[in-house]
Amino acid sequence: MTRMSLGRGLTYLALSLVSFISVFPFFWMIIGATNTSADVNLGKMSFGTALFDNIAHFFSLFDVPRVLLNTAGIAVAGTALTLLVCSLAGYAFEVFRTRYSERLFALFLLMLSIPFSALMIPLFIMISRAGLINTFAGVILPGIASIFIIFYFRQATKAFPHELRDAARIDGLKEWQIFLYVYMPVMRSTYAAATIIVFMANWNNYLWPLIVLQSNDNMVITLIVSSMRSGYNPQQGAIMVATIIATLPTVIIFFLLQRRFVEGMLGAVK
Amino acid sequence: MRLPNTEVTFLGAKAMAASRLSRGELINGWLFMAPAIVLVGIFLIFPILWSLWMSFQVGRGMNFTFGGFANIVRLTQDPVFQRALGNTILFFVVQVPIMLTLAALMAVALNDPSLRFRGLFRTAIFLPCVASLVAYSALFKSMFADAGLINNALLSLGLISEPIYWIRDPFWAKVLIITAITWRWTGYNMIFYLAALQNVDRSMYEAARIDGVPAWARFVYITIPMLKPVILFTSVTSTIGTLQLFDEVVNITEGGPADATLTLSLYIYNLTFRFMPNFGYAATVSYVIVVAVAILSLAQFYIARDRRKS
Repeated sequence: MTRMSLGRGLTYLALSLVSFISVFPFFWMIIGATNTSADVNLGKMSFGTALFDNIAHFFSLFDVPRVLLNTAGIAVAGTALTLLVCSLAGYAFEVFRTRYSERLFALFLLMLSIPFSALMIPLFIMISRAGLINTFAGVILPGIASIFIIFYFRQATKAFPHELRDAARIDGLKEWQIFLYVYMPVMRSTYAAATIIVFMANWNNYLWPLIVLQSNDNMVITLIVSSMRSGYNPQQGAIMVATIIATLPTVIIFFLLQRRFVEGMLGAVK
Repeated sequence: MRLPNTEVTFLGAKAMAASRLSRGELINGWLFMAPAIVLVGIFLIFPILWSLWMSFQVGRGMNFTFGGFANIVRLTQDPVFQRALGNTILFFVVQVPIMLTLAALMAVALNDPSLRFRGLFRTAIFLPCVASLVAYSALFKSMFADAGLINNALLSLGLISEPIYWIRDPFWAKVLIITAITWRWTGYNMIFYLAALQNVDRSMYEAARIDGVPAWARFVYITIPMLKPVILFTSVTSTIGTLQLFDEVVNITEGGPADATLTLSLYIYNLTFRFMPNFGYAATVSYVIVVAVAILSLAQFYIARDRRKS
């Protein structure tokens, strides 16, 4: 019996330690935002009084509202387009299967894990030839059709009841009406989970915006957080403020929609 | 993410051979798929083929001439490429096993229904996945500063006698990157293990426990074999992720010191946007990643299929 509880105690200890390590950097971020740059560099682990100075400094470096608007705009537009295009395709690949669409889908799956690094150069040349460098369209367009999200919707569509479709057709609904008025409302939890993953990916995207966006007016949050690290005297306190702002939306989404969040991550693997 | 069960796809295709779709349905079906097909064609299929073509071209900027295998020969003579390749391989060979072992152990501990505060632990361990890569890189960079928090903590615990130069020392910079990635992705992988463990028949554990099988043996002989497909899945996705490592090395160490944390993706970026642009050679380096990813995906597919037959 003592052996059991010893093991149990070690389990609690280990889990507590790992939980602490997992959560600690978030505390560090909040504490850091209240300290001066020098104190952050010295690892000061108590709240300071520099929070408002740090916020003021951050807002003086960048047009923060504009950056947030840019980031949110790109993330919302990108997410909406991805969900629309990919859910239409995922639905159609499942419901309107033909020999050819099955072959096409198999080809898509082959390309599921093509690394972005291999697309980066041609995409950059294409986007600059199209005159889309430094535009939001240039950031959004290449990411709209995601094979993973198409696959995710196709898998989910397998659970969409045939009877609903049949009933809707007997009622005289056209195919697009069935999709809009029957499929979309019925599949809202699938849409919710997909929204979370796609929105997060867009909000947190770094490499592609780094390539496409080049003027100060068009920056997104990841780019300014990254740009603050360079220079002779990086303002650590202000960096912490920026990091909080960059992390906040995804943390909020996570705590509000924890279950859907995890569902979205597990995605098609179920 | 995961490759689908081809058997099902083929059966599906056979059943559909004599298409029962009406003309209207056919038209609607292709119309629904059209935007995705066009976009995948333009932004995925075309670039990946163009990139392949580019990898046989030599020259600066957009002035290409056909160079045959010149770029591949250059790979073998390029110490920076070999450095980047070596670092990338080192990162996944060391980091992926550490992370997946941790993830599996956490998942097993959390899967015990009699454990208290399970939800709390799970949420805490999962939390790092919420941080954006750039944001958490900034946090790690400041925590691991020369006179920073981690060094202070290690010094005051007496674990080290002088500060470790995490960002400036080639060896410790690698350790730092590995630590950072492990922090960010362990909880993510743990979720997959937890989901898989929930499908494992609990009575088998009970029987083993009653027979006096110790906990470690239950883990090795029951849990691990049951988790095999997920272990495979997470190792392949993690390796693919590590092959594309970029955000962290840029934002924590900038690939330094002296290229000690340079990765293939960062080298491609540098070749394209930082140095005199050499698209052909950069495309060749990117195809090294494509080939590695393809081999890994095939390996996963092959092993998963074998398992299903037996």
